[in-house]
Amino acid sequence: MKFRIFRAPDGQNDGGDPTERPRMGGDILPEVAPAKAGERVEPRLEDAEPAPGPTVVDSPPVGPIKIAARDVSVFYGDKQALYDVSLDIPDKTVTAFIGPSGCGKSTFLRTMNRMNDTISGARVAGRIAMDGEDINDRAVDPVLLRARVGMVFQRPNPFPKSIYENVAYGPKIHGLVTAKSEMDGVVESALKRAGLWEEVADRLQSSAMGLSGGQQQRLVIARAIAVNPEVILMDEPCSALDPIATARIEELIDELRERFCIVIVTHSMAQAARVSQRTAFFHMGRLIETGDTEDIFQNPRERRTLDYITGRFG
Amino acid sequence: MNQHTVKAYGDELNQITAEVARMGGLAEAQVADAIESVARRDIALARAVVDRDLKLDALHRDVEKKAIRLIALRQPVASDLRRTLGAMKMASDLERTGDLAKNIAKRALILAEAEPMQPLTRSIERMGRLVSNRLRDVLDAYTASELDRAMAVWQTDDEVDEHYNALFRELLTYMMGDPRTIGACTHLLFMAKNLERIGDHATNIAETVHYEITGDDIMGERPRALPTAEDEPPTPNLITDPN
Repeated sequence: MKFRIFRAPDGQNDGGDPTERPRMGGDILPEVAPAKAGERVEPRLEDAEPAPGPTVVDSPPVGPIKIAARDVSVFYGDKQALYDVSLDIPDKTVTAFIGPSGCGKSTFLRTMNRMNDTISGARVAGRIAMDGEDINDRAVDPVLLRARVGMVFQRPNPFPKSIYENVAYGPKIHGLVTAKSEMDGVVESALKRAGLWEEVADRLQSSAMGLSGGQQQRLVIARAIAVNPEVILMDEPCSALDPIATARIEELIDELRERFCIVIVTHSMAQAARVSQRTAFFHMGRLIETGDTEDIFQNPRERRTLDYITGRFG
Repeated sequence: MNQHTVKAYGDELNQITAEVARMGGLAEAQVADAIESVARRDIALARAVVDRDLKLDALHRDVEKKAIRLIALRQPVASDLRRTLGAMKMASDLERTGDLAKNIAKRALILAEAEPMQPLTRSIERMGRLVSNRLRDVLDAYTASELDRAMAVWQTDDEVDEHYNALFRELLTYMMGDPRTIGACTHLLFMAKNLERIGDHATNIAETVHYEITGDDIMGERPRALPTAEDEPPTPNLITDPN
């Protein structure tokens, strides 16, 4: 049931008449015209841009690349938040972004499903390609893009509806499933893959808001995978959870990576080390070092990475 | 190296390193004193070496305990993890070094009862000095994080092996010449073997220092002085005709 992110001229793959769609998720927010691919936004002189950092230390991943970012810069108004990030993100792998607060890791994560479009004044320069397709192309519908590139946030954000409706929402608005029996199957399998089925099977019609934080987060993951995405972005998915709920999410991430390309932003270095196979370290809006997680945590090659992972950042 | 943001973490790491350095100083002194007790037939000194070994054992346990605690509470990674594990490995090497020094001192006590064997004990003394110098060098390299110095020790272990092979030959010749010296010579031979092993521990420490600093194992083979046919001692004709 994979669909193309490009708007069909007749709107057929658009999930029906857009005016009838419930206003939720990405389409509730204003759309900002994305920067054209390759277009460079000239930074203003008074931005006092720091001197360009040294070349990124990179040992390239093995295996097929799902997302290829080239020279991606992000500006919030006059302020540049991300400087020329180029990074290959391999498929069926967990890639962790680490770095101190404000280093640009979340900003970069949000470029991958064009969440920055929803922030007024945000501009993205550079090229981000998923399976070779430029996701910032004018013809790309961000709503369809976000169905292929799902996202899980720091705080669980279920809709104030039943557990069933939360999971069924995505497949319904995208017109992936229509028959009730088929939908039951989709909901069940998404909840099972998210490791939540056994806990909620007998109360699918009760409100999602009655679930615990960890359950809500797994419900959100079930909602994301119900539309069969290819990439799942996670922005500190465990920071509001207790250690046991965290462990369950980590176990889930490990299972999900067999089918999805997963990118996770985390402040917990131990979590990055536990769940990811690739790690990218950001600092002050730049990508500093990227490589296999075990190399980054055993013997990083860049001094700033070492200082950060060993807790020496002053 | 920058300070840890959590100062207590850095302090704990430094404490472990300092304790290993202390063990190193003690182990070095034990080796030197054990050799001196052989050379001077000094019973009091030999006893002191035997007694002091307990101190080294206690320090070893303490380093291990502190390292385990640090791993459990601080989860060190990268260079900090190598430093912690390196300290544990080094503490084991130094503890073994202490045991070997103690063994030499115990044999010194026995030899002190027997006839002096001047030229032979002098050979042991020379080898002992070589080995304890190497131990000192590698420990200095550890405390100062000097890779080149550690590598110099690693590369010259064959000097110790050569010394050992020469002493081995000398002792066998002696024993063949005068079977009454076999008892004492056997003790001296074990001493030489102990010194050779202490040299190996110094080499291990050099490898640990290399790993701690670079994160990589040393590549390539260490130069070795294998006993060649030429070096072989004359085969003693031990099986004498019963008739």
